[in-house]
Amino acid sequence: MVSAAAPTLLRHRLAERGLDRTLLLLLPAVVFVVALFVYPFLYGLQLSFQPQPGSQVVQRYGTGPFADYRAFFSDPYLRNTIWTTLKISLPATLINVLASVPIAYRMRGRFRGRRTITTILVVPITLGTVLTAEGLIAFMGPTGWLNKLLLTAGLVDQPVRLTHNYWGVLFSLVITGFPVAFLLTLSYLTGIDPSLEQAAATLGAGWWQRFRHITLPLLAPGLAITFCLNFVLSFSVFPSAIMVGDPAGSTRVISIAAFHAAFEQYDYAMAAAIAMIMGAVELAVIGVVLGWRSRLYRGSTGGKG
Amino acid sequence: MTATLESAPTRERRRITLRPGGWFVWAAVIFFLLVVAGVVFAVLVDSFATNWFGGWLPAGWTTHWYGATWHEFALADVLLVTLEVAAAVVVISLLIGVPAAYALARRTFWGKRAVLVVFLLPILIPPFTYGVPLATVLYKFHLAGTLAGVILANLVPAVPFVILVMTPFIEQIDPKIESAARMCGAGTGPLFLRVLGPLLIPGMLASAVLILVRTVGMFELTFLTAGPDSQTLVVALYYSVSAAGIRAQQEVDAMAVIYTGSMLALLIIALRFVNPTQLVTRVGD
Repeated sequence: MVSAAAPTLLRHRLAERGLDRTLLLLLPAVVFVVALFVYPFLYGLQLSFQPQPGSQVVQRYGTGPFADYRAFFSDPYLRNTIWTTLKISLPATLINVLASVPIAYRMRGRFRGRRTITTILVVPITLGTVLTAEGLIAFMGPTGWLNKLLLTAGLVDQPVRLTHNYWGVLFSLVITGFPVAFLLTLSYLTGIDPSLEQAAATLGAGWWQRFRHITLPLLAPGLAITFCLNFVLSFSVFPSAIMVGDPAGSTRVISIAAFHAAFEQYDYAMAAAIAMIMGAVELAVIGVVLGWRSRLYRGSTGGKG
Repeated sequence: MTATLESAPTRERRRITLRPGGWFVWAAVIFFLLVVAGVVFAVLVDSFATNWFGGWLPAGWTTHWYGATWHEFALADVLLVTLEVAAAVVVISLLIGVPAAYALARRTFWGKRAVLVVFLLPILIPPFTYGVPLATVLYKFHLAGTLAGVILANLVPAVPFVILVMTPFIEQIDPKIESAARMCGAGTGPLFLRVLGPLLIPGMLASAVLILVRTVGMFELTFLTAGPDSQTLVVALYYSVSAAGIRAQQEVDAMAVIYTGSMLALLIIALRFVNPTQLVTRVGD
């Protein structure tokens, strides 16, 4: 009798702590993430500490575990890719997030054609990075419509250079990133109960006071999430940096360096090291934003996310 | 609240808030849309152009490039691969993700936060960072360059995405419904198939459509893992641009138009099932 009761008892005690057979449903997903995300990541991490024999790195920096990292940080051509990436991705993300707030604020009420305008604003998601780059070259290039318009209007004497440099990449990141930021911000904004603002209005608060002291604090956690998701996209910019950018100079972002090491020099250890540095820098920025977010109010009336 | 009560303060509020910066916001929206329209039409016009050097419009019009690009880049094969990858990713990610989302929505257990962080990381880390080591691992197991490798790589962000979308969706379904079904003698199988399944269909449809759009548009992971026979449309487009010196620019543009057309069709289907304003919060519109 005791032996029959013991397994049941254990099951009950485990169930009290939330461990029961339902958790088995979690198993496939955990196995999957461990096999295809955690394992490759750890594999890449240990690979980055084992410089590839015969590579340029070994010839110059030896076979020590940190040779690849030392090679990255002592070569300005590689080291500067961090600043190049941040210089493109941070402004692009800030533009996307900050521009989406007033526009989403406009769009959240009910008015005729709201769904149509929302849809039109979301359509650029379908363009994808490659078509955006193609289109930017055709539209903003030296003989494109934009420069023709500016020349005809007499605003400039010679074509403005907007492609194959920093601006081309920034434009492409705004075009592909803004719709995503707008969708998320709109989604967070419509989750805020409008009666809160109405209550403030009855107490005599002007529109700025209502935005500053009611909407913005409730929206801020959602904005932090929007910033993070957008920053991930901007930080790993690759096709547009090559196509509308200046991939050897002002827009040589860190993903180009990683790709170059892996598939042109076939130095997988160096590529893994660059990928790890890329992840560390990106997570540092996201960590700062999420740390700031954890100090904000996240209650039920709107601070969703 | 009744409609009359609600509409009066709304109209009042809008009149107050429209004044400051209202015009500025609309100007910004119109400027953005003009640039997007310029980008799209520049490609569209060029794809129908016989040749276009410097003028406002091309010298003549033709549909020749669409046939040329279809044959030269074997677009029928590429579209088939894209379809296969997208369908496989959608089905597998739902099969893995929905049960996991159910467990996360219904149970609190020791280590739940750690599990959540592990599921969030593939979304928070740029695809290139884990794509490079993942491609190396896939090469080690001789999976890179095959259709299976491309599907596996695309599943990495898709499964966490399903879990992220489905967990709040399952949380809002009353657990009493399940208890009632259990009381009536339903086992786990029938409970999932006949009680929870139908309730979950809207959420599953929404995440399926979002994943479809994401997978068709995912450049980095497919680019890092695809071989010549397993390219999706977006990767084939990138390679055609890199080889633009040999090809006519119009052929590349025709291909870009085909890509955008298929993405647009997907998005229009998606918007029929997903209300864009309710992606993260489910408050009545």
